Amino acid sequence: MTAPEITGAGTAGAAPEHLRGRGAWFKRLPVVHQLRQSVGLQRGMLVAGLVLTVAFVVLAAGARWIAPYGWAQLRGPDGMFGAQQPPSADHWFGTTVGGYDVLSRVVWGAQTALFVVVVAVLSSIVVGVVLGLLSGYFGGWVDRLLVLVADAVYAFPSLLLAILLAIVISGGQSSMWGGIFAAALSITVVFVPQYFRVVRAEVVRVKGEAFVDSARVLGTGHWRIMTRHVLRNSIRTLPLIVTLNASEAILTLAGLGFLGFGIEPTAAAEWGYDLQRAVADVTSGIWWTALFPGLAIVVAAMGMTLVGESLNDLADPRLRSRSRSKQVSGKVAATSVVADDQQKGDVA
Amino acid sequence: MSAVASINDLAVSFATDAGPVRAVDGVSLEVRPGEVLAVVGESGSGKTVTAKAILGLLPATATTRGAVVLTARDGTTTDVVSVSGARLREVRGRDVAMVFQEPSSVLNPVYTVGRQIAEGLRAHGKVSKKEARRRAIEVLGTVGIPDPEERVDHYPHQFSGGQKQRIVIAMALVLNPGLIVADEPTTALDVTVQAEILELLRRLRDDTGTAIVLITHNMGVVADLADRVAVMYQGEVVESAPVKDLFSDPQAEYTRALLGAVPRIGEGVARAAARLEARPEGWHDAEPVVRAEGLTITYPGRFRQPSFTAVDDVSFTIRPGEVLGLVGESGSGKTTIARAIAGLTPVSGGSLEVLGAQMNGARGRRLRTMRPRLGFVFQDPATSFNPLLTIAECVAEPLVVHGRARTPEAARRRVDELLEAVQLPRSYGDRFPHELSGGQRQRASLARGLALDPELLVADEPTSALDVSVQAKVLELFTELQAELGFACLFVSHDLAVVDLLADRIAVLYRGRLVEEGTGAEVLGSPREDYTRRLLASLPVPDPVAQAERRQTWETLAEPSVR
Repeated sequence: MTAPEITGAGTAGAAPEHLRGRGAWFKRLPVVHQLRQSVGLQRGMLVAGLVLTVAFVVLAAGARWIAPYGWAQLRGPDGMFGAQQPPSADHWFGTTVGGYDVLSRVVWGAQTALFVVVVAVLSSIVVGVVLGLLSGYFGGWVDRLLVLVADAVYAFPSLLLAILLAIVISGGQSSMWGGIFAAALSITVVFVPQYFRVVRAEVVRVKGEAFVDSARVLGTGHWRIMTRHVLRNSIRTLPLIVTLNASEAILTLAGLGFLGFGIEPTAAAEWGYDLQRAVADVTSGIWWTALFPGLAIVVAAMGMTLVGESLNDLADPRLRSRSRSKQVSGKVAATSVVADDQQKGDVA
Repeated sequence: MSAVASINDLAVSFATDAGPVRAVDGVSLEVRPGEVLAVVGESGSGKTVTAKAILGLLPATATTRGAVVLTARDGTTTDVVSVSGARLREVRGRDVAMVFQEPSSVLNPVYTVGRQIAEGLRAHGKVSKKEARRRAIEVLGTVGIPDPEERVDHYPHQFSGGQKQRIVIAMALVLNPGLIVADEPTTALDVTVQAEILELLRRLRDDTGTAIVLITHNMGVVADLADRVAVMYQGEVVESAPVKDLFSDPQAEYTRALLGAVPRIGEGVARAAARLEARPEGWHDAEPVVRAEGLTITYPGRFRQPSFTAVDDVSFTIRPGEVLGLVGESGSGKTTIARAIAGLTPVSGGSLEVLGAQMNGARGRRLRTMRPRLGFVFQDPATSFNPLLTIAECVAEPLVVHGRARTPEAARRRVDELLEAVQLPRSYGDRFPHELSGGQRQRASLARGLALDPELLVADEPTSALDVSVQAKVLELFTELQAELGFACLFVSHDLAVVDLLADRIAVLYRGRLVEEGTGAEVLGSPREDYTRRLLASLPVPDPVAQAERRQTWETLAEPSVR
């Protein structure tokens, strides 16, 4: 087949994007890629979410330099701060009923929240993915048992479970890291079933794909099939759940703190605890002790939710909006497979 | 006589992540009343987009230019491209209707077929329940559903695939539209059923005077049904001619190439005979690579339902270097046999010896010595590669698994050789599977199957997901490699013409049983079994004159129940 219009047409022989030189690698990173892909409202949501999330992380990482005082500091060079002082030049956000500086506690609280989020999400991913992979791949009674347990945990009110675990793990005592781990692990138990179910469902789907069959025909061992073929194809949706769970983790941590199962105020700053201590202030007109920690919780959770939701929309081609042209434009894609098949012989 | 539909300079582009892409460019077509216009072309040529534009069914991401003017039976005209949604809904069903490719996904499983047919009636004016039911029964009778009075209350799952497609056609017919757009109406069906549906469409055109736009990639179907043919290539119509002229004297280069690529029955007989001549002495007594005796495979039933027997008491052998073609319709058990040979499906009865290993009751470890001597090529090249590995890594996988190379990088030299053997440029090894076309992927799949230099290759419908022109090249490559490397092969296909091209011997499966086995000349030249004869007669050939004769043969052979 040497027809000129067949062999001559098409650009499909050109190298695909990932081979077209260097410098473009960062454009394919998970979030950056989506950012470039998005348009309109979805882009607005994603950018807003990213700005809030980055601000939260910067605040947490730089708490040491940003916060004017320590989280448990009661006195400055001029003596005691005093309780329930309104916002002033010395204390921008005022002081709490316990005499702490509100601004400092909000900033240090970001650090606590970040630690909890990282530990909680990491441990639930590891446990959830490993269990999901084994359960989905091998199936059988282990699978059925694990699904049953996951469903049971799922059906439990998550905050109640977290409270129970906070008591079991920390036994009421809490240092800074003890408190962080107690909170993080109690959140982990709530989250593991989510990761487990998502990964297991994907594994069950991927297991039936032809490329896994083709590995089995070769006599590939289970371990290699699981790690090389199944696992990487099953965890694509995880970044979405991670962002959504991160915000949920912040809310759960705040909930625990508010109910008094969080971290002692002397061990670390924690927004939920501060909010709880500020309940009585609100009725007596002292607004600053409740407003700022409350805002911090809302903003941090919202930032991560926005990122998660917009990533979720962008991941689904049906929900993703694209810029539309009014005119018929663009080139006819070289879809012909004849064009780029490098074949010497004649067909007939 | 004015046209029922005239498409004028139609252009469609889609907004995609990579910017706008034009699917159709400057297409002008005309459909006259009572005419069957076939639009042919390979996948991606814009034929389905054109068809959908006739009904205004393009998704919201599409931008359309040009005009598609429909003329109703009463003479009113509508330009589908520019009218409002409400007007479009009026026109759909009444002036133009659509028959889709996959009948089982078009019908809603929770409603009776009668209700789904009546839905169209009720969308266009007030019709009483009784009247709608009467019309539904009538139209079901028209499309040849037996006992329409009773079947009208049945649900889609109670019908066979061919009957479902008849019901979809009935839904399209119920408002007596002037034009029916049929998008690959027989692609999802078996050949024998396809012949029946084509017969039905032909009868409808003659009886009701409905014009049909037939979208297809199958030149045999075109030869069977069409009056006029438009050939599309890369979004444009390259040739438009009456069917006889197109087949006897194609003008465009592309049309010629397309027609040349269609496999025809009878081409492989000479080749098979030549191969048999060249066999060494004593070849007939050589130890076969596959020997099946009374092979039975059942799938266990759930919840106390009886188990399903997919393969029933099948016996055959494949000698070294021999190609056995396994043909049958969907559900005949051909893929099950292929998977059983590869150890993917357990054997439940009889004996299946593959390369000296007994597969009945075999567990993973005992098959380890057999594995590297067997290659497998899967049906769908799109899913048989791990999307996260490059082609080179995928092809290197067998080498790494069987310890011929420590890492995919170390195997790269051998991989490059293999890619060249299947005529892919070395640089394609660095690409990901989705960056290759279907034909290229299937070549890579072949390279992977041959990586360990197997004695036996199992190919499960390796070309059924490909366009004809690509299929021709892959088959040619396959023949070359087989002659060069001399592996034995089980080639599974539903297409008799493809099997004929490659196979030394052909085995015909019907409902899990082996009904006929022999050389291509025996099975296709003078079939002994009724089923084989029917299968042969159902296969449309890409030649309108010859096909008209074949149709007559088919009519005499067809089972009385379907007439």
